[in-house]
Amino acid sequence: MMPSTVEETQKALEAHHYITEKGLAVSVFLALKLGRPLLLEGEPGVGKTEIVKVLADMLQTRLIRLQCYEGLDINNAVYEWDYARQMMQIRLLEASGEHDREKVRQEVFSSEFLLERPLLQALKSVNGKAPVLLIDELDRADEEFEAFLLEFLSDWQITIPEVGTVKAEQPPVVVITSNRTREIHDALKRRCLYFWIDYPDFHKEYRIVRERVPSVPEKLAAQVVAFVQELRKEDLYKAPGVAETLDWAASLLALDAVRLEPTLVEETLGVLLKYQDDVVRAKSAAQDLLARAQVPSPL
Amino acid sequence: MPEPTTFPGGQLLSHVVGFARELRREGMAVTPGQTTLFAQALAEVPIFDPQIFYHTARSTLVTRREDYPKFERAFWKFWQKLGLERFPEELLPPTPLPPNRAPKPRPGEVGREEKPSSTGQGPPVHVVDRALTYSEQEVLRQKRFDQMSEAELEAARRLLSGLDWRISPRPTRRRKPANSGDFPDLRKSFRRALRHQGELVHLFWRERKTKPRPLVLIADVSGSMERYSRMLLHFLYAFAQAQTRQGARTVEAFVFGTRLTRITRSLKKRSVDAALAEVGQTVKDWSGGTRIGSSLHQFNRTWAKRVLGRGAVVLLISDGWDQGEPELLAFEMERLQKSCHRLIWLNPLLGIPGYQPLTRGLQAALPFTDDFLPVHNLASLEGLARALESLPPRPVTRQPGMAGGSAPGVRSENPRRTPAETPEPPR
Repeated sequence: MMPSTVEETQKALEAHHYITEKGLAVSVFLALKLGRPLLLEGEPGVGKTEIVKVLADMLQTRLIRLQCYEGLDINNAVYEWDYARQMMQIRLLEASGEHDREKVRQEVFSSEFLLERPLLQALKSVNGKAPVLLIDELDRADEEFEAFLLEFLSDWQITIPEVGTVKAEQPPVVVITSNRTREIHDALKRRCLYFWIDYPDFHKEYRIVRERVPSVPEKLAAQVVAFVQELRKEDLYKAPGVAETLDWAASLLALDAVRLEPTLVEETLGVLLKYQDDVVRAKSAAQDLLARAQVPSPL
Repeated sequence: MPEPTTFPGGQLLSHVVGFARELRREGMAVTPGQTTLFAQALAEVPIFDPQIFYHTARSTLVTRREDYPKFERAFWKFWQKLGLERFPEELLPPTPLPPNRAPKPRPGEVGREEKPSSTGQGPPVHVVDRALTYSEQEVLRQKRFDQMSEAELEAARRLLSGLDWRISPRPTRRRKPANSGDFPDLRKSFRRALRHQGELVHLFWRERKTKPRPLVLIADVSGSMERYSRMLLHFLYAFAQAQTRQGARTVEAFVFGTRLTRITRSLKKRSVDAALAEVGQTVKDWSGGTRIGSSLHQFNRTWAKRVLGRGAVVLLISDGWDQGEPELLAFEMERLQKSCHRLIWLNPLLGIPGYQPLTRGLQAALPFTDDFLPVHNLASLEGLARALESLPPRPVTRQPGMAGGSAPGVRSENPRRTPAETPEPPR
């Protein structure tokens, strides 16, 4: 379903269990409407990647994911030829007595031997529907790749020397995420709509927990969220994201917990915190944090 | 909902342009392309919904989170002036930075050329009251910075700026064609093979590309370091310039006394004096006390993830007189060492014969230092440059605690640079 208003976008996302604020809904709506890439930034675990999955669900189309890393190049992002099979094909043609060089060339550089990587796949619509393309953690790729991407995102086409230019009938819906370990180049940023996803406030996070881990009792869910909200105020090396809150809620559920208690918190802090120093710090502050973690009323 | 007439004269487009100009006045880089995008976007949304209007403007015109507050300011200033007072304030989402966290650095500043924003009065220059003396270059190389006259310092600065040093490269994951390499270039080999009926006559190769390592300088500018700080800033500046000449945008610089200040932008300026003038303005605690531990804490939390990627080399310049807790310093040093390729501590006091690094701070920090080198004269800076050029491609194996205990704990790649053997006598 392609939403036609901001409200519809927000509702559709929520129908797919993604609780969002108006601002993000506006950005998503505009990205769809204007066909622009959407650049999402925010601390790890605030739901940048998640919204893309939901978006693909919502639009009932394929999700193509390109995970970026240093050294990512055209061969891994766009296309590659299957050299081994091409070799084989040449031998077969030879055996069948084919000596026309040009013919051999055409034969081995046909789409049969073309390995399509995510960006090339993203140019193709299936059943008249353009896919959703997630370019994840672009800050991990190097600048050479970013420069290439700039061209791809403006023209929606890719040139393969042996085949020609592949152009998208319909541009894909593109979402780019970054954890900001490095700055994305301005030229690329300006092609995009931009949204910074912040940690949610108590009410939003509570709704997310209820939505995503529905079997957690209301009271426990509220306590969990209140505790995490307090914990984020501590001087931590890596504050827990929403993803960690959800993991924690699920873990507590698995332990048959009904409410938070100091020992329980101490034993399960590893689910929330990923650095030993943080765990130690939180452990010593656990009592205090629990006391401070007040569930607002009304919920 | 406001009536359509709220937009005076229906001149929405000219207001859009005016708003973009307002944002630029606030210091945001808004391009015409973005302005167009904003106008296009307005055609798609109900613009009389203030909240949607606000978010439409923000998502099209802002490209970094740090600009959110600026945007908010400009938004109010501009649209309210136009009589849009019907945008009730409570409808607009606040855009506060998380209150308990220090504002994160603008990543746009990292490793990027910035235009100088202002120039100002420089820091007070330390003047040694002595007649101008002529110095042979060799004498100058060996003379301690804290004993140089103003003219000698000036000559030393000139020598520094002429040096052309580079930092050892690191292998990247990209590959380039090579006569012989570790990776077969199948694409090229196969294409060439087609000329010979698919016979692989010649195999082509690729090898790893290399890039210079990012360099991060963290310099102590507290009182005890004052005599060296200014020369070191010149050194930092010269190094940054040399790196830039080699096409690497990879020098990050910080100074600290009681707290940490980033001076990378100042060092990008064209002249040393302009840079130093701005550094003097930026650094509020010039020549105050020293808190190495908490300054490193600040660095580790706020900057490390951003500037230590891709095998950075960290130069920490300090004499180790620390007023903070040694435990905190040790803790933060360990974290810093674990997140960089090589952690080099430069200590000007190492140039003094018989000096032993016995302060509590140094004792705490040394176990987590990969190299402990002197920086007290030009010769030692040249030695440092040589050390940086020949860093091993693999990180050293760290053995925490190795230098702890009662031993002075000097660890150095090059035994010539241990303090006891540092040759030059004080003049």
